[in-house]
Amino acid sequence: MPANTAFDTSGEDLATQIEVIASSSVIANGDTDVWVSSDRLLDVMAGLKDAGYEMLIGVTGVDYVGYFEVVYHLLSLSQNRRAIVKVKCGEGRIDPAVPSILRVWRGAELQEREVYDLMGIRFEGHDDMKRIFLWEGFEGHPHRKDFL
Amino acid sequence: MPLKTEPITINVGPQHPSTHGVFRMRVTFDGEEVIDVEPIFGYLHRGSEKLAESRTYTQIVTLTDRMDYVASMTNNMSFILSVEKLAGIVPPPRGVWLRMIAAELQRIASHLVATGFFLQDLGALGTPLILMMRERETILELFERLCGARITNSYMRPGGVFMDAPDDFWPALNRFLSDMPHRIDEYEDLISGNEIVAARCDGVAVVDSQTLIDASVTGPMLRASGIDWDLRHRQPYEYYNRVKFNRPLATTSDNYARYIVRIHEMRESLGIIKQCLEQIEPGPVRPETVPALIRPPAGDSYVGTECPKGELGFYLVSDGGVAPYRCKVRAPSLINLTLLREMLIGDKLADLFVTFGSIDINMGEVDR
Repeated sequence: MPANTAFDTSGEDLATQIEVIASSSVIANGDTDVWVSSDRLLDVMAGLKDAGYEMLIGVTGVDYVGYFEVVYHLLSLSQNRRAIVKVKCGEGRIDPAVPSILRVWRGAELQEREVYDLMGIRFEGHDDMKRIFLWEGFEGHPHRKDFL
Repeated sequence: MPLKTEPITINVGPQHPSTHGVFRMRVTFDGEEVIDVEPIFGYLHRGSEKLAESRTYTQIVTLTDRMDYVASMTNNMSFILSVEKLAGIVPPPRGVWLRMIAAELQRIASHLVATGFFLQDLGALGTPLILMMRERETILELFERLCGARITNSYMRPGGVFMDAPDDFWPALNRFLSDMPHRIDEYEDLISGNEIVAARCDGVAVVDSQTLIDASVTGPMLRASGIDWDLRHRQPYEYYNRVKFNRPLATTSDNYARYIVRIHEMRESLGIIKQCLEQIEPGPVRPETVPALIRPPAGDSYVGTECPKGELGFYLVSDGGVAPYRCKVRAPSLINLTLLREMLIGDKLADLFVTFGSIDINMGEVDR
């Protein structure tokens, strides 16, 4: 059996579900992922948590050169499904930021700090937004494509 | 006249024998009681995720060895499953069974290290750790027969494993399988019913299951709170749907629960290996069609697997090139530390390292 694809929620179903939680927050959807607008992110995440996605599995920052993207992997233990929600942090490379989901999931604490440290995406509303692996005063964010 | 007291802040680590590597905590005490903890990471940060962006998919396997370096095989497996999902590679059955055998051996080895050092931190100096290192040594020798390396194995490849097991591997594995249950009985005789262990561990650092789920905690730590969540069972990958095994649970969610879950999981892993041996058949271990330079189509993939420490996942983004555009590791060791502060506050200095040991982290994976 190849890797576990059977547990990913399809992008269409997820987009429908998110539209019910927060109308007109969905920008686009792929096979298994949904892009939402960053100003509605908190509503969407809180709604998805109530809808059964109890666990935040991962927070990832990706540098697409023209823009930055934050990818959230969610997991529902009760329904045994995974969901992928993506957020574009505006256009351009200057001071990318998204709202912090620390108020929704405690598990975002260290992961958002990691993304901030290595990718330089700020999470607005995080209580302790400081570097995690590198030291204060380190210049630049190593995971950005223009770092090296 | 009442004595004047004031809190004192102590630096623990990064060079401290009980921090399992180069972990550092700034701990504030009121007398013997912990009142604040600030974990400080990064002393072993090597930029593995960045390094992966300039290496081919096969080369990255060697980087994954060095993340959680007491569980290299399971790291390999998690990474290559993500590559296989991205590139649509289907491994032949014998390759899958060999990977499962290696991964379950690795789970036992990792739990032995976790339990041995946990008891060492508890003050059981020497005996338990030496016993568990002895059994781990047997597993490392098996790995040496299997792939030539003991710790940094790099045994698995996208599409299977890099070579079939040599003939002398199988009798050695069978010897291990018949010995190991008695060894686990020995630990249980020595430790599980031990009054001192019980007195020091029962009811220490209790976290309720809802908090654990909210803080993204996975693995034995979550199962010790009574949540039946094991990816091998709930979202089976490889051939885990063709083997039967129990998921050991505990309900008390304290240090003892986390210890006993790992002990029972070792027995289940032995059972899984036996079932693998019954079902494995001769055949190729890797399809010949897998190119040396894998170029997956543009896109992304995430696969999470049940590693000894929790859910280890690789999120890969491909732009169609020979190296991933982005390779993100969901590291259970780091994320399981989210609740460290809550778990330690209110406990005594002596319990600090016991609780820390019961979480079972590996700094290579925390910092990457």
